Amino acid sequence: MSIETIVQTLLFGALIGSLYGLAALGLSIVFGVLKILNVAHGELIMLGGYGSFWAFNLLGLDPYLSLLIVVPGLFLIGLALHFGLFARVVRFDEEDRIKNSLLIGFGLTLILQTLATHLFTADERSITTSYSTAAWEILGIRLPLVRFSGLIIGIIVVVALRWFLRRTYWGKAIRATAEDWRTAALAGIDIRRTYLVTFALGAALAGLAGMLVTLQGSVSPNIGLQWTLKALIVVVLAGLGSVPGTFLAGVLLGVAESASALAFGGAYRELVGIVIFLIILSIRPQGLFGGSHA
Amino acid sequence: MLNWRTGAILLLVVALIALPQLPFGEKDLLTLLISLFILAALSSSWNILGGFVGHINLGHGAFFGIGSLVTRSLWLDQGWHILAALAVGGVVAAIVALIVGAPALRLRGTYFAIGTLALAEAMRLTVGNVLPRVSRLPGPELRVYDIEPRYYLALVVLALIVGVSVWLSRSRIGLGMMAVREDEEAARSLGVNVFLHSMLAFVLSAFFAGLAGGAFAFFHVGYYPNYTFGPVWTFDAVIVTYVGGVGTVAGPLLGAIFFVLIRDVLAANLVNIHLIIFGILFIAIVLLLPGGFVELLKRRGQRLIPAGASTEH
Repeated sequence: MSIETIVQTLLFGALIGSLYGLAALGLSIVFGVLKILNVAHGELIMLGGYGSFWAFNLLGLDPYLSLLIVVPGLFLIGLALHFGLFARVVRFDEEDRIKNSLLIGFGLTLILQTLATHLFTADERSITTSYSTAAWEILGIRLPLVRFSGLIIGIIVVVALRWFLRRTYWGKAIRATAEDWRTAALAGIDIRRTYLVTFALGAALAGLAGMLVTLQGSVSPNIGLQWTLKALIVVVLAGLGSVPGTFLAGVLLGVAESASALAFGGAYRELVGIVIFLIILSIRPQGLFGGSHA
Repeated sequence: MLNWRTGAILLLVVALIALPQLPFGEKDLLTLLISLFILAALSSSWNILGGFVGHINLGHGAFFGIGSLVTRSLWLDQGWHILAALAVGGVVAAIVALIVGAPALRLRGTYFAIGTLALAEAMRLTVGNVLPRVSRLPGPELRVYDIEPRYYLALVVLALIVGVSVWLSRSRIGLGMMAVREDEEAARSLGVNVFLHSMLAFVLSAFFAGLAGGAFAFFHVGYYPNYTFGPVWTFDAVIVTYVGGVGTVAGPLLGAIFFVLIRDVLAANLVNIHLIIFGILFIAIVLLLPGGFVELLKRRGQRLIPAGASTEH
């Protein structure tokens, strides 16, 4: 195995991993603030993917420009989902809250996946632009532009999200609510609206990830579970509360998958993340909130 | 005591046993009933852990898969008798649950759910990798394919799981399991061994899921080995149980009847529309009616009986 092959494979892993990171950001922020687990997060990614696919095919819109429609669109869907469903769950105490949110997300998965199959058929769809195959070549290493853009967009999102959470009113409200919603409420923060904004933000991030997933690979109605699982692995890997940490954990997962593909063959790359995930869970069975409650 | 309820159940059982011998007991009807029995058995097996103990297992399909894989290879490839193959399939699923259970049951609530989800996905991928797409269509077995034994096997598996569920719902062990579901700390303080009760439920649940998988392998002879490990088996079992009534014996049965009816009535016109209906019903039930259909029936029943006249409870 040449050194180029190794570097090339690991680089590809890092680029795919930046998608994992982006997919996990939305899940992590919703999990951390609302203390609910939306297992339909992968389906929101799927919807985002279809959004840019149809924007490209029907309107002839460049996938990057389609983000101007897809991201606000998913934000609105997030508002509706929270308003109609998850807001009812947030009233429960912590254990029931997370369990019921899990079940609702589960039902939502079923509905969205079946609806997508009806509306868009089960075919795999992808976006082929004039620059889809363009790549830079540096010292014999190929750097496909479309994949590289995922990393760049990921870094931009991390910086922007950090700025939003630290510098704006809503961002501060979100962080305060995540820390201690009772105290935040006492300080005059509208908790319900903070939850609403956070959930919609999570959905918008899923939409962004969905566009990149479709542009770099393909979208079909059943990709949801796989992306939810990837996002969950990243969230467990990174813990809650750090935006750059979550993104970095995604990149790491991508690299780990590629490294294992080099070592054991491609068939086992999917297993690595799951095994890491199960090991972390068994070391910390009390889960992610264990530390912050002590 | 033979009241009307026991009588109706006995009548139903006799009718189900006699059905294949009756003139209208045709192949289409039997096929429909077999898939109903298997779904009801799988849902009831999920209900033992998910309903009685309250641990949401999102990897239940893995045990269904193990049961079908073991049963199929022993029966078709090794030439065992189907009953022996089926029993071993269930036992292997139970043993896997015993091994996995120790670390998995340390996980609390949601972490148990996502942990089992990941575990099942790991098993599905592994089976898909190790046994890639070897689907031998067994010619000789298909030529003598007879629907009747499939029907009776599925019926027996369902009867077994329902019997155990009824026993659990009334026994000391079952009450211990429900105590764990209601309040783990309180149960522990009353001397209930939480881990042991959870583990027993997990193993029983896996054993019966394995039997259901074995019945599926006997019924549905040709498929890829990792098909039965798919998450769809878990998902169907969970929604069927919740819609029917989680934590009750009748719930998974009612849910399965409703599911199969809607699926087969609507499937002719629109593929899979039953999943949308069931998804919406499922969410509505989680939010508004946590007891499912069984709760609905109970409420109606209570309204019909004047206050104070009820002898139960």
